Amino acid sequence: MTTARPWPALLDLPWRQRLVDWPEDRLAALPRGLSRHIVRFVRVEGRVVAVKEIKAEIAIREYNMLRLLRRLGQPVVEPIGVVKGRLTKDGEPLDACLLTRHLQFSLPYRAMLSQSLRPETATRLIDALAVLLVRLHLVGFWWGDVSLSNTLFKRSAGEFAAYLVDAETGELHDRLTDGQREHDLDIARVNIAGELMDLQAGGFLGEEHDPVEISDRIIDRYEVLWRELTEIEKFDVGERWRVDERIRRLNSLGFDVGELDITTDFDGATIQIQPKIVDAGHHCRRLLRLTGLDVEDNQARRLLNDLDSYRASKERQNDDEEQVAHDWLMQVYEPVTRAAPPEMRRKIEPAELFHEVLEHRWYMSEAAQRDFPIEDAVADYITKVLPDKPDDSTVVGVDTDEMPVRAER
Amino acid sequence: MATVTYDQATRVYPGADTASVDKLNIDIEDGEFLVLVGPSGSGKSTALRMLAGLEEVNEGRIMIGDRDVTNLSPKDRDVAMVFQNYALYPHMSVADNMGFALKIAGVSKTEIRSRVEEAAKILDLEAYLDRKPKALSGGQRQRVAMGRAIVRSPQVFLMDEPLSNLDAKLRVQTRTQIASLQRRLGVTTVYVTHDQVEAMTMGDRVAVLKDGVLQQLDTPRRMYDHPNNVFVAGFIGSPAMNLLEVPVTDAGVKLGSLVHPVDRATLAKAETTVTVGIRPEDLVPTAEGGIPVEVDVVEELGADAYIYGRTTIGEQPGEKQLGGSEDEKQIVARVDGRQVPEKGQTIHFAPKGEGDHLHLFHPKTGERIES
Repeated sequence: MTTARPWPALLDLPWRQRLVDWPEDRLAALPRGLSRHIVRFVRVEGRVVAVKEIKAEIAIREYNMLRLLRRLGQPVVEPIGVVKGRLTKDGEPLDACLLTRHLQFSLPYRAMLSQSLRPETATRLIDALAVLLVRLHLVGFWWGDVSLSNTLFKRSAGEFAAYLVDAETGELHDRLTDGQREHDLDIARVNIAGELMDLQAGGFLGEEHDPVEISDRIIDRYEVLWRELTEIEKFDVGERWRVDERIRRLNSLGFDVGELDITTDFDGATIQIQPKIVDAGHHCRRLLRLTGLDVEDNQARRLLNDLDSYRASKERQNDDEEQVAHDWLMQVYEPVTRAAPPEMRRKIEPAELFHEVLEHRWYMSEAAQRDFPIEDAVADYITKVLPDKPDDSTVVGVDTDEMPVRAER
Repeated sequence: MATVTYDQATRVYPGADTASVDKLNIDIEDGEFLVLVGPSGSGKSTALRMLAGLEEVNEGRIMIGDRDVTNLSPKDRDVAMVFQNYALYPHMSVADNMGFALKIAGVSKTEIRSRVEEAAKILDLEAYLDRKPKALSGGQRQRVAMGRAIVRSPQVFLMDEPLSNLDAKLRVQTRTQIASLQRRLGVTTVYVTHDQVEAMTMGDRVAVLKDGVLQQLDTPRRMYDHPNNVFVAGFIGSPAMNLLEVPVTDAGVKLGSLVHPVDRATLAKAETTVTVGIRPEDLVPTAEGGIPVEVDVVEELGADAYIYGRTTIGEQPGEKQLGGSEDEKQIVARVDGRQVPEKGQTIHFAPKGEGDHLHLFHPKTGERIES
């Protein structure tokens, strides 16, 4: 076993059995996506671990790739280790297992679409996937098998954040060629359409949705984002405000500019700018700095907006930002997120709960045509909405088939 | 269907000093199964990806039929990468699993149906078209996945180590399936592998690459019987060819205590030494004299046996054993399975027949010396 996290309990798992034969009592009931391989979830020292049975070389390669991507700050699942050289009790060799840590509160797309009735869910998943793909391409990662199945989604204040879970086919290059990016996009489009058509055939997605149209969206979204993040922009020297404008646009897309290439032409009349290094997570970094809260970027944006209104309502614009943030955390954020009874708290991440309460307050205000304090909103939300929410941390009952493609033995 | 032409095609990665693929010239015939083979870093995958449009071509060009595709995007090239992503969808019928990508491409329903039926006939899946993938065996599922690529009826199939995640037994099974399917479809196919056995059993022709340079392009038979240089000689064939550098004498080449006759005109093309290549099956035991081999391991295969042993050739001046590592510096010979020597015994071998089973290479350049 190769592992970056020495959890002794990993040794107690039934490694001498084929994964498909692992006893039910070992398994955690979590929704699985479509997979070419056998995948199982097990509980190990209070954490959920995904176990995938594949050939040793592939397992090791994927393990190293996931580690590398994490080091590059990419949203990918955390690899735990590889178990190889497995033998049955009779001495028959078994395939290796790749262990990754289950991403808490994340769901595969099949679960998202099966439990959600909101028509825009599918397009929001695609939008999140487009962001993920752009981020991966920016660091030179060619995925090779872009699909909803190979992605996990976390709720993020009305949007979704996408994480890569399967790097089996991926390759890391210094820089991707246009051909590689286009190929990934083409693969994404075909896979997404196939996955949505499959959901439709299974009765999980209404006939009013057009899988081909939705899958085309990945290309549009990707291209808009890619252009914004990488395009060269030229303007007159007099329009220098456009530098700030470009940075602001990138910030609003959730990216920070780490390095901006600015060149002036020989007669000094025009300026050319091109972002060289951009990092996702603009809002979550700011929130982390101010409050220590580590949340998804869109959630961070939402929380920061509330923090800004708090600051304005208390007329504390001239106070130290960090001090105000600390007070907001103590007086607003913590009381709201702690208001839910413990048995309901594990259903939803604190930041997501906060976002939902803010949404709920807006609906209450709109219905009653007046403002409500957040205390009222949270009380109302906890009695009327939260009890009926599906439990994101342990969704069960979703189609969990894997469809291994292999020849007969 | 189409021919494929690599015309001086070159790929240099940004910042690299040497080309990953260096002035590659290959003409692939319409309907041909061409295998690109070589060790890792040989440029075989890069060459395939240049054809697919995933790698830029820095110099030269690539043609599919009469079309110069050098600067076309991957999807405009009419090529299909097979087996890259073969997920099957559980709620969709086999027919839909095979044909759904055509729907995305805007192909009409009747056209999709007819292409799917045609592919199903070739893949022996006609009876299963309306079933769900779950009802199929593993092998049938794999054929459905192949069907996804077939219905697109591309001009060229591209396969990049498609069998690498299968175990040894399945590899052999699938290898045969792919080769026979390709022959039935008659679609030009370029296939990349690091495994010379796969290359030799599947390809109409094989292109051996090393360090980005094409070493030889030939039919498997010709490649085996007539390797162009020492690298190809050692790379193709399993167990590998025995390669020894030995002194040249007036009458021939000196193999231990024996001088094997080689004509003077041929010897004149060598230097004071020459590299000799002899395949394991071309070595015969002699009563006395020849290459002494002390037997280390005997591998019995029934009718035949391979013996692996050490030789004293290489200890005298002008002699050298060639091979990658210390472990490879051994002599392999095929012997009669009914007359197997003991471990530790020393046997002498000589090349079979007169000259035809002996390969000669220049000791410095490694190039083949023709007789």
